[in-house]
Amino acid sequence: MSRALTFHIGAIIVLAVLQFILPVYHSGNLARIMVLAVYAMGYNVMFGYTGLLSLGHAMFFAVGMYGAGLSIRLFDMAAAPAFGIGIIASILFSLGVGLLALRTIGVAFMIVTLMFSQAIYLLILYFNPLTRGDEGFVIPQAVRQVAGFDLSDPVTRYFAALLLFAIALLGMVWLVRSRTGRVLVAIRENEERARMLGYDSWAHKLFAVVLSGTMAGAAGAAYGLLFGSVGASFAEVPFSILPLLYVLLGGPGTVIGPFVGTLFMFYLRDISSSFTDAHLLVAGIVLVLLTMYARRGIMGVVRERWAKWLP
Amino acid sequence: MAAVTTLLSTCGLSRHFGGLRAVENVDFDLPEGEIRALIGPNGAGKTTFVSMLCGRIPASNGKITFAGRDVTRMPAHKRVQMGIAYTFQITSIFAALSVRENVELSVQRRLGADRGQLGAASDALLERVGLLDRAEQVAADMAYGHQRLLEIAMGLGQNPRLLILDEPTQGLSDGEIADFIRLIREVARDTTVLLIEHNIDVVMALAQKITVMNFGAIIAEGTPEEIHANEAVQAAYLGG
Ligand SMILES: Nc1ncnc2c1ncn2[C@@H]1O[C@H](COP(=O)(O)OP(=O)(O)O)[C@@H](O)[C@H]1O
Ligand SMILES: [Mg+2]
Repeated sequence: MSRALTFHIGAIIVLAVLQFILPVYHSGNLARIMVLAVYAMGYNVMFGYTGLLSLGHAMFFAVGMYGAGLSIRLFDMAAAPAFGIGIIASILFSLGVGLLALRTIGVAFMIVTLMFSQAIYLLILYFNPLTRGDEGFVIPQAVRQVAGFDLSDPVTRYFAALLLFAIALLGMVWLVRSRTGRVLVAIRENEERARMLGYDSWAHKLFAVVLSGTMAGAAGAAYGLLFGSVGASFAEVPFSILPLLYVLLGGPGTVIGPFVGTLFMFYLRDISSSFTDAHLLVAGIVLVLLTMYARRGIMGVVRERWAKWLP
Repeated sequence: MAAVTTLLSTCGLSRHFGGLRAVENVDFDLPEGEIRALIGPNGAGKTTFVSMLCGRIPASNGKITFAGRDVTRMPAHKRVQMGIAYTFQITSIFAALSVRENVELSVQRRLGADRGQLGAASDALLERVGLLDRAEQVAADMAYGHQRLLEIAMGLGQNPRLLILDEPTQGLSDGEIADFIRLIREVARDTTVLLIEHNIDVVMALAQKITVMNFGAIIAEGTPEEIHANEAVQAAYLGG
């Protein structure tokens, strides 16, 4: 087994053990962090590995979340098939977004993703009778059951989050060392060169958008099912900026970085909220410090200094 | 024509940038197995011409045939997959990646992502261009001449049928140029080479035939001796 694989499996084992050690408050946080980290890992596929900067990732999270949530609310579906609907909706939606948005590049791409995301947010508000708009809705505990497991139980929830996280993490380890993953990096570094080496850059970018959007959607669907609430705030602009912050802080283009970034930001916010409620100010300060002192993020620096083998 | 087959030909190929006719109505034939030099003053349209061949920029007019197929509207990556490799005049490498990773990306399309095989093939290529001892270095940290050699290695890594080299010896030392000439002779045993080159010694050492461009058009074509004696060529160079 390679060092990279050992390291990431080790991280998963540590997280599993932590559930038994940590106080309930923190293991609850960690469950949330793992789901959000999947969202951030999805963001990293596009931003960190392929060099595509999206400002509208909340739309993917929301499509997964509402895909699952509305299946339950409107069609009385069970949790597992509702999760499946969330994933399918995310795949189709990100495919559509990719086909349209990838006609643009650079700043135009950022703006197009922002606009699409805004459209999703407004649609959620517009269809208030179905979605309950801003208020959102609760997924009742009775529905949050999968194969006899109660997803609202803190321990079960923790391990469900860990399962999703582990699949995403190991999937990323595999992806970044695969042929496709290396081509994504090539596109990030020099798209024209990649094309002139015979790689279909457009198809690879579309793949990155679909994978990224689907991971974000899976995180959204899981979030709704595990924590029971579905709301329009998950489709708002600030929620699109969060994964960018997580990834920048944790290390763009590193597999574990998005998790590390999510963990730090989550607790930074948690701690700072005890003496200020200006979360965005704190986030802004972190961002400024990052761009000044650690452009590669935490794990980027770790890789550069100590662990060149880190994927 | 005789026994040799034509690998590449263009018919009426043109490219305009606004009002500027960078390449105008070029008919060109390249037989399989030849080393052809493409020369001409700066701004003659050489880079534009070969960029249309490899699909980096679209043609305004005309037709390109490669290996018997009309490739005029074919996307660049498909032409590359058919066997056209282009090394850029303005060095275009993966600057932040290591030298070995750069070369691996050029061979992995053929060999898949098996680490061992990729590494071995890449190291063999780096050995050939004399960069093996720099394999771990970040590409951007190398001297310009070494980046040019890396660019050549990435061209070779694709194992192309047609290798287009756009001013490859720019920035190389005399010793490196001698190595380059040896390398291209070796490569040319099973690859057709189209070489844009300003260094006339390199042209004379390698080219079987020379095509001369000026103001977007071909003004002469022939053996090195014929070109040497050609008055239009002399005028183009002396006149500016
Ligand atoms: N992308 C472009 N846009 C506008 N003009 C261009 C472009 N590329 C090349 N040209 C112009 O086309 C002419 C031919 O350029 P080029 O093909 O680079 O010549 P060469 O390689 O022979 O030096 C020049 O006048 C150049 O300025
Ligand atoms: Mg040129």
